[in-house]
Amino acid sequence: MKHLLSTADLGLDEAIRILDIAEDMADVSTREVRKLPTLRGITVVNLFFEDSTRTRISFEAAAKRLSADVINFSAKGSSVSKGESLKDTAQTLAAMGADGIVIRHPASGAPRVLAHSGWVEAGVVNAGDGTHEHPTQALLDAFTMRRRFHGAAARGRDLAGTRVLIVGDVLHSRVARSNAWLLKTLGAEVTFVAPPTLLPNGVAAFGVDVYYDLDEALARVQPDVVMMLRIQQERMNAAFFPNGREYARSWGLSATRLHGLPERTLVMHPGPMNRGLEISDEAADSPRSTVLEQVTNGVSVRMAVLYLTLAAGETN
Amino acid sequence: MSTRTVLSQADIHRALTRIAHEILEGNRGADDLVVMGIPTRGVLLADRIGDALRAISGQAVPVGAVDATLFRDDLRRQPTRAPRPTTVPDGGIDGKTVVLVDDVLYSGRTIRAALDALSAIGRPRVVRLAVLVDRGHRELPIRADYVGKNLPTSTSERIFVRLDGIDDAEEVAIEGGDR
Repeated sequence: MKHLLSTADLGLDEAIRILDIAEDMADVSTREVRKLPTLRGITVVNLFFEDSTRTRISFEAAAKRLSADVINFSAKGSSVSKGESLKDTAQTLAAMGADGIVIRHPASGAPRVLAHSGWVEAGVVNAGDGTHEHPTQALLDAFTMRRRFHGAAARGRDLAGTRVLIVGDVLHSRVARSNAWLLKTLGAEVTFVAPPTLLPNGVAAFGVDVYYDLDEALARVQPDVVMMLRIQQERMNAAFFPNGREYARSWGLSATRLHGLPERTLVMHPGPMNRGLEISDEAADSPRSTVLEQVTNGVSVRMAVLYLTLAAGETN
Repeated sequence: MSTRTVLSQADIHRALTRIAHEILEGNRGADDLVVMGIPTRGVLLADRIGDALRAISGQAVPVGAVDATLFRDDLRRQPTRAPRPTTVPDGGIDGKTVVLVDDVLYSGRTIRAALDALSAIGRPRVVRLAVLVDRGHRELPIRADYVGKNLPTSTSERIFVRLDGIDDAEEVAIEGGDR
């Protein structure tokens, strides 16, 4: 695996392989020495053209735990604000000896351009591009589900039959897209729930069920996982719903809805959470919430991805 | 290309039993012993040595696995390898006599990586090395304490260790060479 650009590119075997390696990486954090020499001498650049705290820090922690050198680049206060192109920025970083580039970009498809344009030799990992994909988030969500449902016996398993409800702003959510593709590859049954204004055109192409009413969806699907998406205030450039209170009432995971869920149902959220909007305090802080586990698992999954994209030599 | 069997199933069994006796002799009993296999076949051999140690000493000996993949120095020279699980027995390895077990000792680089992997888990009092086959051609100052069979080879030959439980046969075979 030279690059990780999209979960749509991953087959079942490859997806399970990444999750299994992430299990091994997670074991490392229980050891006396929580560091591996695996990527010693390799330089990873975090190329972030969009604000992000947790994803960048997670990738940084993952790279450092594998002994790679990390260079952080954020578009703010850089030559990009002077008008430098993606090509020139990337080639400048490559000239400094970057072996891997972790890229977040507001334009959908930017990581693919970087990977296949021939501008740079480095391995490219997509850390979120526009409203397209966020593959490592989907992988860590799948990893978190597999661990919660199968515990120590998780290795080698898929998510066949797991019913996952993805609720909220599907239109702008790269998390929803990456999850829909990955979870379906892993055998899960995915359902989108959103106001019609927050669903993309051609949602049928995802091959998922769609509901407009959260209560109806919860009752009909009896989900194993409820994944709440963040309302992305920065992308709310049109009247997608009347106001926050109405959104919370219709599509938020309130205390009442939380208590109506089946006992084993997990509550997931990619963060950062808008408490009181898409998720209530009761849901966010309940024992069935995996929000903090998702953050912890994110480091393990990103270690696995960096290992697979960067450890092997040119021959691979 | 010619293939010949150098150890039969019975030979392997005898070698492992002898190694178990030698481990007990060297350690003066089974106290504080931990056997750690190196995946994949080393883990199976470690299990069998553990069984033999218990049969001989009447004392259960903890058995685990230590994967060296992420500590290798040749990762960039090969296609990506998937790591295998590391399992640390209850009680850990701190202050214990750890016997590392692998199937074939060749360059010594796997053992070097496994020693690093061990030190990330804890600090054993002593580390010993047991291998089923030592085929020579060391590239590092590493030697085995317990050897099933010394097998002088040429580098053009290949050694195959096949074990019940992973393979559908049980033997050590040697293939190729100019002889």
